[in-house]
Amino acid sequence: MAAGVATWLPFARAAAVGWLPLAKKIMPKPPVDKKSRNDEILFVNVSGLRFQTWKNTLDRYPDTLLGSSEKEFFYNEDTQEYFFDRDPEMFRHILNFYRTGKLHYPRQECIQAFDEELAFYGIVPDIIGDCCMEEYRDRKKENQERLAEDTEAEMATDTPLPPHSTHRERLWRAFENPHTSTMALVFYYVTGFFIAVSVIANVVETVPCRPLKGSKKDLPCGEKYSLAFFCMDTACVLIFTFEYLMRLFAAPSRCKFMRSVMSVIDVVAIMPYYIGLVMPENEDVSGAFVTLRVFRVFRIFKFSRHSQGLRILGYTLKSCASELGFLLFSLTMAIIIFATVMFYAEKGTKGTNFTSIPASFWYTIVTMTTLGYGDMVPNTIAGKIFGSICSLSGVLVIALPVPVIVSNFSRIYHQNQRADKMRAQQKVRLARIRLAKKGTTNAFLQYKEEGGFHVRLFHDAALCTGFLLYILYIHNHLLHCLEKTTNHEFTDELTFSEMCMTESVGYRTSRSTSISSQQGELTSCCPRRAKRRAIRLANSTASVSRDSVQELDTLQVHKTSAGPQSRSSLNARTEDLKLNCEDRDFTAAIISIPTPPANTPDDSLPPSPAIPGILRNSRTSSYIHETVKISSL
Amino acid sequence: MGAVVGTLTLQTRQRRPSRDKLYDDLELSVVCHRPEGLEQLEAQTNFSKKELKVLYRGFKNECPSGVVNEETFKQIYSQFFPHGDASTYAHYLFNSFDSSQNGSIKFEDFVTALSILLRGTTTEKLQWTFNLYDINRDGYINKEEMTDIVKAIYDMMGRFTYPALKTDTFKQHVDAFFQKMDKNRDGVVTLDEFILSCQEVYSTCSCSKWHTMHTIFVVCI
Repeated sequence: MAAGVATWLPFARAAAVGWLPLAKKIMPKPPVDKKSRNDEILFVNVSGLRFQTWKNTLDRYPDTLLGSSEKEFFYNEDTQEYFFDRDPEMFRHILNFYRTGKLHYPRQECIQAFDEELAFYGIVPDIIGDCCMEEYRDRKKENQERLAEDTEAEMATDTPLPPHSTHRERLWRAFENPHTSTMALVFYYVTGFFIAVSVIANVVETVPCRPLKGSKKDLPCGEKYSLAFFCMDTACVLIFTFEYLMRLFAAPSRCKFMRSVMSVIDVVAIMPYYIGLVMPENEDVSGAFVTLRVFRVFRIFKFSRHSQGLRILGYTLKSCASELGFLLFSLTMAIIIFATVMFYAEKGTKGTNFTSIPASFWYTIVTMTTLGYGDMVPNTIAGKIFGSICSLSGVLVIALPVPVIVSNFSRIYHQNQRADKMRAQQKVRLARIRLAKKGTTNAFLQYKEEGGFHVRLFHDAALCTGFLLYILYIHNHLLHCLEKTTNHEFTDELTFSEMCMTESVGYRTSRSTSISSQQGELTSCCPRRAKRRAIRLANSTASVSRDSVQELDTLQVHKTSAGPQSRSSLNARTEDLKLNCEDRDFTAAIISIPTPPANTPDDSLPPSPAIPGILRNSRTSSYIHETVKISSL
Repeated sequence: MGAVVGTLTLQTRQRRPSRDKLYDDLELSVVCHRPEGLEQLEAQTNFSKKELKVLYRGFKNECPSGVVNEETFKQIYSQFFPHGDASTYAHYLFNSFDSSQNGSIKFEDFVTALSILLRGTTTEKLQWTFNLYDINRDGYINKEEMTDIVKAIYDMMGRFTYPALKTDTFKQHVDAFFQKMDKNRDGVVTLDEFILSCQEVYSTCSCSKWHTMHTIFVVCI
């Protein structure tokens, strides 16, 4: 509904007075407006910036947040305004939409932030005006593609292996990512070295060496030291064959592997040798055999596994296939045209080189690419004129598709750079995540050791340092509850591996009957360990002594524990805690819905939960806060 | 030569349609849900207007589209249990919250469940717990369902526990549970058996304590 309709309608109705004299029948009665349409000004407070608007303006779009009753959830009775804890700059654009009916996309804002605001206010992005639609779409697409690439790169290669991978999978990973293990790296460099050796040998064996004693002709080195070259060739081919067979064995999908470009190159590189072995020393066949040796040069393409630049070049050529095709096609057209013209122009000359149109192709190509060897030159005036036109047009035709190819190459190259950057950042990120995880585990263990039961302290702490401590306390309490349900405790990796080692040394024989050892899990720990640990806990703080004894009890009860038993121990604990059980109002509803990790690739910490509401209808009203974001969890 | 060129260009054409599909996906991705009015929700649940406002603000802040789908829910829940894998239990929790069984939790579902768990009577809470355990909603909890639930809970503990988890740990747990709950030894636990058993286990201490703690345990999403 456009803003204009409501505004201009009274004017149109007033102008209808002009119809009265002409009217043949009596005018209908005007509709009675039962509802009082007193318009009122609404106050909208967005993070401190106060906006004022008519209620009617907002009511124009009843299927959005501001136009429907949903905004009542955000009404603050004390200040008589609607409070939104969102970006005030973006809200300007949202409100302009209500006023003008057109949604504009601010170019300097992040596309994702804008999208989130639109989603919050319930506005569908389709109504973006034509002036900004193209920009919006382009940026959105670009962002999505980039995120898709990033998630692909994340999931792809550098993830740690699943714990139960077969030898085959491990071998394949070693081949694909040589930097994962030293063996793979060594193999990688060895193959690279042998490729280089093989190529150099191929090149050197054609160089003329000093002739043998008694003969005058220069011999190519290949024939002089034929045995040496043969041995080197054999060694290289053996290594390449071994590598190919290993790859074939390790490949998850053998058919797909055999069809891939690299494997074809591998096969082509080693086949000439085997064919040469098999073929007899026959005069007729040796000609073909010599041709086959040419294929040995394809070994140089094996370097593309070792060099990323080569791969990028290959991708560029593949992605510019259409441009290259166009170039080829237009060149072919031009060559045929000019060759025909030159042939007919030079036909009359005696002793001319232009014997046929195909013969003129050579001249045209040499001229169009501005090589100009001079082995074929036109003699007639017409031929010279057409020859000059040919060379001028050649420059133009070749220059056209080149910028497209260059821009493609630059795009792919930058993409690759980004992938490398992502990989490097990923390592740092994973390290930080691991650290944060360890931090939470340690925090939890510390909480348990301290008892975490200083309820009074917590009361004061929450008042002074606010929510964070309180939330941490609640979270640790939750984990504690889980421990009590399952009757197992959380430990950190270090302690667990310690237990692993002592277990494997000492007590495996006594517990060898358990099935879990087959699956690689630990057998249950010995009682001595449990006691030691309980003592450690008891020694930490005096206030914990009572609870550690209790812990010991629950541990020893483990074998016969039942579900209700664990719950009763939970209950017993709460009696110790005196955790406001008599006030039924101590109920913490923790609602947290964080942003998914993919949206924050540069976030160093794991996604943080937001804890909006702690409901307590008890006396301490100061505890009612609204939204808190925690970045330490 | 032209044929070669033609086939070269043909290959690149096939890549384009996937790009246009992206456009359509972009358009369909916007889904919005608006909750019922404040008064209606206040009447249906045990929360006051102020509490509803606080709840909604948080909910809307993190889920602007107004609904939580299962993936998001699993991610949220896994936040709190970084040691283990909380996704299975989150799945069962999600199903119990999703009253209309359509794969997404609206604000109404959310608030209704919270109202039962925080402000409901003991029987209501036990009923909710029973529904959580009864995965296929047939009115009986059998051993497989219980095993699944308990296994999901143990999964949340993760690998590094003390004492270390054995494969039959949770089986023992389930057996003990059934011994306590299944009065008539017919292999399944009905709602009445469940409520009766829970109430008599805690007849010594006051029920409200247990339920408050259980609430905190279960509901701390």
